[in-house]
Amino acid sequence: MTAVSTQLSFFDTRKGLFSWIFSVDHKRIALLYLYSLITFFLVGVTLGLLMRYELLNPGKDLVEAKTYNQIFTLHGVIMIFLFIIPSIPAVFGNFFLPIMLGTDDVSFPKLNLLSWWVYIVGALMALSTLVFGDGPADTGWTFYAPYSVKTGTNVTMSVLAAFVLGFSSILTGLNFIVTIHRLRTPGMTFLKMPLFAWALYATSWIQLLATPIIGITLLMITAERVLGVGLFDPSIGGDPILYQHLFWIYSHPAVYIMALPAFGVISEMLPTFSQRTIFGYKAIAFSSLAIAFVGYFIWGHHMFTSGMSGTARFIFSMLTFLVAIPTAIKVFNWVATLYKGSINVQPPLLYTLAFIFQFMIGGFTGLVLGALATDIHLHDTYFVVGHFHYVMFGGTGFAFFGALHYWYPKIWGRMYNITMANIAFVIFFIGFNMLYFPMLIVGLMGMPRRYYDYLPEFHLPNMISTYGSWVLATGLILMLANLAAGFFKKGPKVGRNPWNGITLEWQTLSPPPVQNFDRMPEIPLNGPYDFENKPAIKE
Amino acid sequence: MRASASTFAQGVDFSLYVIVGISVFFLIGITIVMLYFVFRYNKKRNPVATNIEGSHKLEVIWTAIPTLLVMVMFYFGWMGYKPLRKAPDGALEVKAYGQMWKFSFEYPDGRITDSLVVPLGKPVKVNLVSRDVLHSFFIPAFRMKEDMVPGKDNFLWFEATEKGRFDILCAEYCGQLHSYMLSSVTVVEDAQYEQWLASTAGTSNEHPGLALLKQNACLTCHSQDGSKIIGPSFKGVFGKTEIVVTDGVEREIVIDEAYISRSIKQPNADVVKGYMKGLMVSYEAVLTDEQIASITDYIKTLQ
Repeated sequence: MTAVSTQLSFFDTRKGLFSWIFSVDHKRIALLYLYSLITFFLVGVTLGLLMRYELLNPGKDLVEAKTYNQIFTLHGVIMIFLFIIPSIPAVFGNFFLPIMLGTDDVSFPKLNLLSWWVYIVGALMALSTLVFGDGPADTGWTFYAPYSVKTGTNVTMSVLAAFVLGFSSILTGLNFIVTIHRLRTPGMTFLKMPLFAWALYATSWIQLLATPIIGITLLMITAERVLGVGLFDPSIGGDPILYQHLFWIYSHPAVYIMALPAFGVISEMLPTFSQRTIFGYKAIAFSSLAIAFVGYFIWGHHMFTSGMSGTARFIFSMLTFLVAIPTAIKVFNWVATLYKGSINVQPPLLYTLAFIFQFMIGGFTGLVLGALATDIHLHDTYFVVGHFHYVMFGGTGFAFFGALHYWYPKIWGRMYNITMANIAFVIFFIGFNMLYFPMLIVGLMGMPRRYYDYLPEFHLPNMISTYGSWVLATGLILMLANLAAGFFKKGPKVGRNPWNGITLEWQTLSPPPVQNFDRMPEIPLNGPYDFENKPAIKE
Repeated sequence: MRASASTFAQGVDFSLYVIVGISVFFLIGITIVMLYFVFRYNKKRNPVATNIEGSHKLEVIWTAIPTLLVMVMFYFGWMGYKPLRKAPDGALEVKAYGQMWKFSFEYPDGRITDSLVVPLGKPVKVNLVSRDVLHSFFIPAFRMKEDMVPGKDNFLWFEATEKGRFDILCAEYCGQLHSYMLSSVTVVEDAQYEQWLASTAGTSNEHPGLALLKQNACLTCHSQDGSKIIGPSFKGVFGKTEIVVTDGVEREIVIDEAYISRSIKQPNADVVKGYMKGLMVSYEAVLTDEQIASITDYIKTLQ
């Protein structure tokens, strides 16, 4: 082995724009994803803030009804297809999966680069509707027929963009599955893999098996709009309920594409900041698979008021409750991991605790929606919007930002300002709950979702929610500015293992060299979180 | 929460209390335990961690308890829901139409209204019909909702337990003016309801053409004052020369009786330039030729 200090980091080996956008290094591709994702996320946030501003008071505050409808559609499309679906797998999965498995890259590095390019093409197609054609779609991100077939806005382009983005997702999933099967370092059996790898494994199977269904469905919409084939519009012989089935057969499992990687990140951060082994490794690993599996059979709970038969509603409701069980098991094991730990309260742990709290609210409100009687009242109200954002933003979004704080020193080899990160977290956390909790209340009061204007009795919760969006935005700006400052103003350099973690990425340099490891990684004796037999890490 | 004003509402509220009760208990309990651990096992108080790999006993317990609880929740959800799908025999039947962006109701005696009037304590079955895209018929105070799906018959039924006027909202996104698609249901005593039924519909002096325009939700898209909503305004439209698009080709026409009739029967045939195709459905099966003539008659007066 050469001396440590002579190893160039993956940042320094080659320079220039082309060395990035045509790189096949999984770490560089991960960062390409990170920068593009954050850009689209900020566009999505801006659209969200505009929506909240419009809803500050009843009546018109800012834009016309049609514009508002286009804004919430684009907000949904960007946040779902451009941010939350790729988020954790494409950024942290790409960067850390090979390193955590002790290997030098994913199985198909060129395919990996292709999936980023496909992602960019899809993203540009989605955003092109802002400039070209008859304006962005005004259908909601669900593109429900027959409205999506009838409206004059540019639904075709939005739908094709989602179709193209699906390929990016499929390719990443395929790559991860092969990588996990073929490239684990010697001695790392499946049951010695870190839980993040397990979560990505379960996610990848959903990406691979469910995404083609939405692809076909979206093509069917295009065929109906362009060629007039009667598939979903009853006035030309189609069935609108068929569309809902096809859409949710993908889009419900897709919720787990968004949530499972977050579970993986949380399962990494808890042992590190508790300095002890995870509680119930197998229970957490297998519950991911159980969620991925059961998640395929519960799509009908999005359609409890569509006129489905009573039998179908009965079965879908019962199966929906089943998915709560593996999820509950995870939460219990996570909390038990804190027991008798030696807890180091750092920004990533704060995001983890907020994740658990908010994800529980998301889960419990999901139970309310899974029960038939209550869903009949709450279906398509703001309660659903609140529930969804608690799971996706309060859950996956917080896990994403937690992961960013967790792996930041490993990626860039520098540390951000911890105090500032804590302050930003508190503001972000308060803003989040102020923004979304009132939505649950106003939903119980009966305010339907996708409402440009509302009855006077819904005013107060809407006002609090809008003020919350400003608090949230403040926290977000502080958080990102703090992270950027660590990067541009050169925060203090860190060694290999600033958090005293145990998984393999902490054994290599920060930032890692192109080949990931400057010396052969050593795996702990009894599983990935065996802190008692933690290999000594020399700088 | 709003008033709970139907027999169904009690079942919904009860299952809501059961689920939310259990949930809040666990949410608070788990959060407190979590924060206590973070405090108690902070590295300052507990510098050396103890590795605990797991516990089979605990895994079994915290698999069994949630399983039991979710089955309880499922049961109450199902029991609260079951009555909704079976309307009692002899219920008063009303047909509800949804179209962009208006509800209308047809009573057994043929009268058509903008809002619903129902007797207190009697079962009412509402047959749901959509004339264009998806809508959802939602009465928050009754805790019920069912989608109006074009090409498919849906229904819901309720028995009101409180007098008063309650909102009806559209809960399924249906386009530009979705949030303005509102109506109401007024619950009255039986005697009052009989009286209302006996009164002759349409006693106002308005033009029969205007009444038809209101009934068929024409005015949600076509204004009478020249302002552009979704479709062209009716003001001054008769006799006007317009450029229309026919099969993708632009041509000039004068708006006359034949054009209005064709636009009602085949709305996508000749679309005035600058307006969207595909949003209006055909009213050929809804309006008779005499009714169309009466509408045309009224439009002529809007100069």
